[in-house]
This record gives sequence, C-alpha cells and structure tokens, in this order.
Amino acid sequence: MKQQLDYLKETPSQTAGPYVHIGLAPGAAGFDIYREELGHDIAGPNAKGERIRVEGVVIDGMGSPVKDVLLEAWQANSEGIYAHPEGGGEVEDGFRGWGRIITDFETGEWGFDTVKPGKVRPRVKLGSGVSEKVAASNPDWQGRMESHAPMAPHISLWIVSRGINIGLNTRMYFADEEQANVEDPVLNLIEWENRRATLLAKRQGERDGVPLYRFEIRLQGDNETVFFDV
Amino acid sequence: MKPAEYYQRDRTRQPPAHTPDYKTSVARSPRYSMISLQQSVSEITGPVFGHNDIDPIDNDLIKNYAKDQDPVGERIIVHGRVLDENARPVTNTLVEIWQANASGRYRHKKDTYLGALDPNFGGCGRTITDENGYYYFRTIKPGAYPWRNWVNNWRPAHIHVSVFGSSFSQRLITQLYFEGDPLIPLCPIVATIPDPDAIEQLIARLDMNASVPLDCIAYKFDIVLRGRRSTLFENRLEGN
Repeated sequence: MKQQLDYLKETPSQTAGPYVHIGLAPGAAGFDIYREELGHDIAGPNAKGERIRVEGVVIDGMGSPVKDVLLEAWQANSEGIYAHPEGGGEVEDGFRGWGRIITDFETGEWGFDTVKPGKVRPRVKLGSGVSEKVAASNPDWQGRMESHAPMAPHISLWIVSRGINIGLNTRMYFADEEQANVEDPVLNLIEWENRRATLLAKRQGERDGVPLYRFEIRLQGDNETVFFDV
Repeated sequence: MKPAEYYQRDRTRQPPAHTPDYKTSVARSPRYSMISLQQSVSEITGPVFGHNDIDPIDNDLIKNYAKDQDPVGERIIVHGRVLDENARPVTNTLVEIWQANASGRYRHKKDTYLGALDPNFGGCGRTITDENGYYYFRTIKPGAYPWRNWVNNWRPAHIHVSVFGSSFSQRLITQLYFEGDPLIPLCPIVATIPDPDAIEQLIARLDMNASVPLDCIAYKFDIVLRGRRSTLFENRLEGN
C-alpha cells in the first residue's frame, strides 16, 4: 500500500478585485449597511504610548499610485504586546491592534492613526516542532529553542488589490529607531542591506499636532519594497 | 497548544504574483523574490473578533439591504466549514463575503456596467464560524460580469470570500465559483492558479441536502487555512 499524507491543502488565493470595498469597507463603495465597519480604530481610546499618524501610497511598476488598494495593519501595543491569546500579555481595553486602510480613489493616498508599537519582546518561544523537554535533553536542539531576539517596533502590513493575486506581506519599521533597527532579527535577514531601507517609515513633522510618518510601498522596480513569505 | 509556527504555504498551488494573462498583475507584481520569514509572535497572532462586532442579520444578504421586498434572483444558501490543513475546525473566525447582484452589477461607485442595480440588494455579508468551524450565508446567486482584460472577458459567477483564521499568517482572500459554470475554464483570473486540483477547491458544489424545499437552493464551500505545527515528541499526542 502506498503511504498517503492526509493533510488538507490550503484554499488557493484569488485577487480581491477592484470592488473589495463592498465587502470590507462598504462606506467607501458608496453605501451604508453595517452597524459598524471593522478596522477603523487600531489602538482604541485607552491605549498608552505615543499617538502617531502614518501616511503613504502604494506605487506600481509604472510609477503610478495604486488607487484601489486595501491594506490591513497588525501591531503590538506600546509595550510590545499583541491583542491575542498568545500575544504576550494583556492589552488596554479597546486595543485591537488591527486596522483596515483604504486609498483615496483619486490620489491613492492612505493614512491611519495609531500608537507607536513597542519592541516585541521574546515572550513566546517558538520551536521547530521540538518540545522543551526534548530540547533540554539534547544539546543539538537547544539552538532551535532559543527565543527570538527582541524585534524593533514594527507594524505588519498585508496588501491586497486588483492585480495582486495573493496578499503581500511586509513590515513597516520606524527610521528614528536606529539602534533597534540595527539589531532587528528580521531586517537582518535581508541580505541586501540597501533593501532594508525600503521598510523604514520616515518621520515628517506633525499633522494636527501628532507625529507623522511617511511610508511608500513600491510593488515593483526601483526601490521595490521587501515582501515576506511568512 | 504550545506556540508554534504554521506550515509553509504551498506556493505550487497558490497563484504566483506575475500572471500576464491577467493584465493588471503585470505592473502590480514584485520582481524580486520574497524573503522567507521564520514566524515570530508577529505572525502567529492576529486579530480576534466576537459577536459584538457584527449583527445576526449580517449573514443574510437577502434581508440585510432589503427595502420594501426581497432582492431579485436565484435564492441560495452558501455554507461550509473553515478548517486548517490538519482538518481541525477554525472556530470563532470572521468570514466576510461580497458579490455582484443577479445582473452582474456591483453596488460600487466605480462600477459602470449597464446591468441594473437592485434596490434591495447590497452585496456584502459577514459572519463568525461556530464551535465546529461552520458558517453559512443566505444570498442571491450573482450574475456573470464583463471586465476589461481581453476584449471579451467575462468573470464566472463568483462570490469573494475573506477569512482571518487565528493568525495574521493565515489571512486569506479568495473567490468562490459555482459547479458547472462554463465560464470557469475561460477566466484568466481563475487561470492564475497553476494547479487544476487547486482550482477545483474553489468550486462550490450544489448541495441538495442543505437546500430548503420551495425556498432556497444550497451550495457547499469548505475553506482550508494553513495548518499549524504541533510540538512533536511530546508525551501527550492529542495536539497532533
């Protein structure tokens, strides 16, 4: 008998298409249907830490802004804790850490308000399928059980739109966190040092009294943003 | 369960970024390789939703935008389970859908197709899977829809589906097609998927057993998200 692996297979992705707003941001599509649309408030009113504004644009391989893109942000609070059972602890009441951001149909500009995330501390040990007990008994495996080094403040972004067949994952770091960025284990995975800069949002003054960061995502070509296979 | 990573994506079954027959992908596909990331807490966590976030009527597209009567079109139920690659149910996860009406017209200010809008149909719904990973929607079967790709391209009837799962790395948007639709093999967006078996996974099956006689016909559509590694060599194996 031939041995079989009986895992199911992940459902394949398809583009979100040009009318993604109908489902995920119906107000932007032009109609009001839900009591409350999800993803408008990332940090909530009680979040501690520094309030910031992030703005940017997504640019295609022709140099044109992508005007029908939808981004989702996922971030820790100012103490580096995610609002999730495995996120490392408790977060402020109302802090979801997740948001949905759409572009202006005319300009392609997008923006969101949040708090600056903290360094994500190595509270969660991740192994490659090796239990701590086994690792403790076998020095060969201890390396795999080492905690990840602290990560510099970052916001994970997931980008979908017409023409994007499977959501693109990237991370936004803060250019003014120089020391933390130098030590960040993910930035350091990027062998081409000049590409790391594509993940840095630059601080550009203030908007309505709140620090403003600018983050441009280039899908293709010169200064192409680093995307991750997570 | 101990913190652990999710299985790597099987990219041979997923559409690549650059698929020239779907023209918009040409300028919107990265040219450099993705950087592979061993997952950290940033990837194994993701947003959590609850029943306070949505209303019970949100999964009923026949009623959730109806003004004075029900929308026009074929009344259908779309139902199924959200599972992971280990066949475990993905519970309490948010499923969102959107679609055109029976004429193939979207309620979106950018859609200018001459198919008529239906005053009683919005075209979006959302729900949260139950403790078995089960979900259902009631809606109208969408019509085919022309689009500017080749001169005479028509999308098969489809419903867009968005699922979160338990972690940001499971996040997925896809499209549901309907069994027997002859437009499926002609569609350049369907054809972005390289594996015929994977395409089959997007075709909802007519489900007479779940149909409501004299009311509503049903289609079944199960969704599979990435599986999670369990910790091997543990004394207890129930995690596997």
